[in-house]
Formats: sequence, structure tokens, C-alpha cells
Amino acid sequence: MTRERLINAALLASLLGVPLLAWQMDEPFVITLATKVAILALAGVGLNIALGLGGLVSLGHAAFFGIGGYAMGILAAHAQNYEPLFTWPFLFEGSNQMPLIWLVAVVASALAALVIGALSLRTSGVYFIMITLAFGQMLYYFAISWSAYGGEDGLSIWVRNEMPGLNTLDPIQFFAIAFAVLAMALWFSARLARSPFGLALSASRQTAERVETVGLTPFKLRLVAFVISGAITGLAGALFADLNRFVSPTMLSWHTSGEIMIFVILGGVGRLYAPLLGAAVYILLEHLLGGISEYWQIFLGLLLLIMVLFAKGGLIGLIAGREVAHD
Amino acid sequence: MTDMPREPVLRTESISKSFGALKASNNVSLTLYPGEIHALIGPNGAGKSTLIKQISGGLTPDAGRIEVLGQDVTALDTVARARLGLGRTFQISSLAMEFTVLQNAVLGALGARGNAFSFFRKVMKDAELLARAEEALKRVGLWQDAGKRTADLSHGQRRQLEVAVALTLKPRLFLMDEPMAGLGASGSKALTGFLDELRQEAPILLVEHDMDAVFALADRISVLVYGEVIATGTADEIRQDPQVRQAYLGDEEEA
Repeated sequence: MTRERLINAALLASLLGVPLLAWQMDEPFVITLATKVAILALAGVGLNIALGLGGLVSLGHAAFFGIGGYAMGILAAHAQNYEPLFTWPFLFEGSNQMPLIWLVAVVASALAALVIGALSLRTSGVYFIMITLAFGQMLYYFAISWSAYGGEDGLSIWVRNEMPGLNTLDPIQFFAIAFAVLAMALWFSARLARSPFGLALSASRQTAERVETVGLTPFKLRLVAFVISGAITGLAGALFADLNRFVSPTMLSWHTSGEIMIFVILGGVGRLYAPLLGAAVYILLEHLLGGISEYWQIFLGLLLLIMVLFAKGGLIGLIAGREVAHD
Repeated sequence: MTDMPREPVLRTESISKSFGALKASNNVSLTLYPGEIHALIGPNGAGKSTLIKQISGGLTPDAGRIEVLGQDVTALDTVARARLGLGRTFQISSLAMEFTVLQNAVLGALGARGNAFSFFRKVMKDAELLARAEEALKRVGLWQDAGKRTADLSHGQRRQLEVAVALTLKPRLFLMDEPMAGLGASGSKALTGFLDELRQEAPILLVEHDMDAVFALADRISVLVYGEVIATGTADEIRQDPQVRQAYLGDEEEA
């Protein structure tokens, strides 16, 4: 086992162990914090596929996170008001069932990523950053003015959505759901990185000209990566909204995009478990320093500056050393 | 090779390309026949790279047409031309530096397969891709370094890997942009021997500054000056050509 794998295993074990301990000690707040870490890490796992593997610096991932959030909000709001979403061409009712909500969240954010990606991926570098940011902000302002679903105030859901066989109102059970989804996404992204697609995508990041010369199209590879990336971040959005039982335009704002990117950079761009470590550090700092000063993000900024200047492999790179090539 | 009854594998018909007032390619007509090495030489700034880019698909000519295996490819992009069987090596190595040597070769094999949209299989456990990569690496003598990180290779080894990646595609013709650049005497000699054999498999359009290699290898040589082909012929014909001597070889008598 390489050092990075040990660290990954330790991270996953801690994420599972801490809330279990808190459950024994009857500390539901800690469980909620851990749930938040798992969900935000999931959003980061999505971004890391575009950013880490594909080298696509998207500052618009809040769009997918928010679309996932609104998918949950809209479906659940209709369900709690007993109003169908639409009746033509077929009857489509709201729902408070997580599996259906997730499906809608994944499909909607994947479609959005397909459209945004198809347009944005014609540019590169700083233009790509700007155009993804612009799409994100467009959706943000759209949500603010969409009064049918709360506009600026957002949408509140009275009761957390249901998962067959589980009581989602019990913090530890909801945590288990978030943890299971995160674990699957981590497994999937590890698998993806070692697949033929992952190899070609990673090569497109390093040397697009070479990829074309062997007869593969970097644009298509990037677009598919962007769609997968957006879909995973969208799923995280649905879970995040369920955690808070609330969705608002804030989820779509560029601050959210920045935060998701911070998780990835803090952990180490391209490292599979970077989003988990990054999100955990972020939430811990927010919790610990937030109590001392409301300007706690100054310290976060300082930490980020140090990481970017002195540890380009992020925290995981710092502990595990240089990345070893996949076998 | 004065008698060439067969159809050319590559033909450019009076292609021209200008950047503003600069005519980088001026009415260039070239042919590449099966089994031959056609060398393209010319002083720096003669437009060799621009020409190579137009043939490989990175640039579109302003006028003229390009045929590969009898098919008009002028409007096709790099990917489509690669799939038709055009194998290219780069002047400045464009390998994936974070990859191992083997991974770079597997990337080529994956390109040859033509489909990279497989998300769950382990690419480095794919027997078919590995076999193809291994064969290419063995042919250029890089198999013992297959596990090395590409960034850690010597300059000469990177040139070898460039050729190996092109080999994985089993191309119908090669486009090689200064494969000898920066190689030592022994490395350059070894590669010369290798290209000599390779021409039987697929013809090579060779851009090269190493005159020893060019005169040893080339069946025909074209001389490009200011975007224009001023002479095409055998090594002897080119050596005798007064225009060429004046424009080019005269400056590099010692080379």
C-alpha cells in the first residue's frame, strides 16, 4: 500500500468513526458537521474530475450544486403542497422520495453541464474560467427572480425527504446515506482515473496536441468529463439542500463555486481524496475559528496562500509526497 | 527510385499559406510514395513547420489541396487525418510528462483502437493495448524503461518514445519533424538505422537538420526556401544543384 492509500483509508475511517463516536456520546451536532463534510466532499469529488483529471478550471460548479438543490426543493415543495409540477404531456407529481429526487438532480445537472460545457469548452484558460463563472451567475440571478420558488428567500422544506427503509430525520441515519453516496463517488472517481477514458482525459490536460495526433478528440473527452463532474456535484447539491431542508440562490452563487474549488485545492488538485480532506479542514476551521471571529476566512485565505505557494500538491501532496503513476 | 508507377501515399497540390505579408508556403507540391523516405530540408524560417502543420491538420492552407491515400483531406482535422493513418512525431516532444513511458505508449494504442469512452475497465490491465504498446517500445529499444516516468527520461529517450507512440498507431505514413534533434552521434546513428528499415512498413516524410542522416536515408530530397520548393531530387542531384548550394548547403559545408 502506498502512503497516499494509507492516508485515504485513514480519512475515510475518520469520517466514519467520528460521527459514530458522537452518536455513542449523543452529540448530534458533530454528526451534522460530519454529514456536511461528506456532502461538500461529494461536491468536490465532482469538481475534481473536471479540475484534477481534466485540467478544467470551472468557476461555475455552483450552477450544478444549485440545480441539484433546486431539484430537491421544487420536487419536495410540490409534494408537501400536493400540487403536481405539470399535468401535460403527462402528470408529473412532486416527490419526497430521495432516490427519485437524486435521479432528477443528476439528470438536470448533467443536462446543464452538457449545455454549459459544449459552449464553454470551446475556450480555454482564463476565458474558460470567466465563461463558466458567467453561466453560474446567470443561473444565480435567474433563481433570485424566480418568485414561484421563493426568489431571493429560497424554499423551505418542512420535513426531510424519505429514503425507503431508513429514518432520515435521525442524524446518524442521514449521515449514513451521505457517507454511502460519497464512498461510491470516491470509488467511481478512482475507477475513472484508471480507465481508458481517464488516461485519455489526463493526457488531454497534459498535451492536447498529442491526443489529437493519436486520433482522439480532446473536446469530446472534456465534455464527457464535465458532464460527469456536473452530475456528481448536482447530486451533492440535492443532499446539501436536504441536510438544511432549505435551498436558496446562495447555493448558486460564485462563492459556492469558490468554496468547492477551495476544498479541492486545499486537499491537492487531482488527488482522489483531496475533496474529502479539503472539505473536512474547511468545516473544522469554520467551526473552530468561526467561534473566535466572524472574519475567520482571513485565516482560511492565509492557509490557502501558503498551500498554493509552498505545497502545490495540497495537504495530501504534503503528507504523501509526489504522485505515483497509476498502475 | 526514379521509376515510380504506384500511387503516392501523400500528395500536396500547390498549397499556399500566408501570415499577413509573409508567404510561409508558396505553391508547394510534394509527393510521398510507398517505401520511400522523402526528406524536407531548408534553412530556419523556410516554412517547414508550417508545411508539416498543414499536412497533419493543425493549419488549413489558403489554397491548394492535400491528399492522403488518394483521399482529399484538405478539410479534415488532425483527428480525422490521424485515423486515416497519418502518424506524426513532434519536433518538441509533446509527450504526457506525468505518465510513465508505458502509459504514453498505451495512449497511442488507445488512439489506434479509436474509442476511449470506457469508464470502468483498468486501462493498464488491458491486454490488447499493452501488447501493442510493448511491441512498439521494444522496437525502439525502450522496453526496459517502460516503468519510468516520462519526465525522468533523457532527451534521446524522449525522441525514441515519440517514435514509439507513432508506431502504436500502425500508420500508413509517417510525418517526422526533426526526430534526430538533440541526439548524440550514437543515438542519431541508431535512429537512422531504424528509420531505414521503417520505410518498408510505411513511407516517411522527414524534416531534418542532420544532413548526414538526410543524405544517408533519403530516397528523395526537397529543398524549401522562403516557403517555396526550389528543388526536388535524389541526394546526388540535390548536392549538385547550384541553386541549392547557394541557398542552403553552402552555409553548412562542414555539416
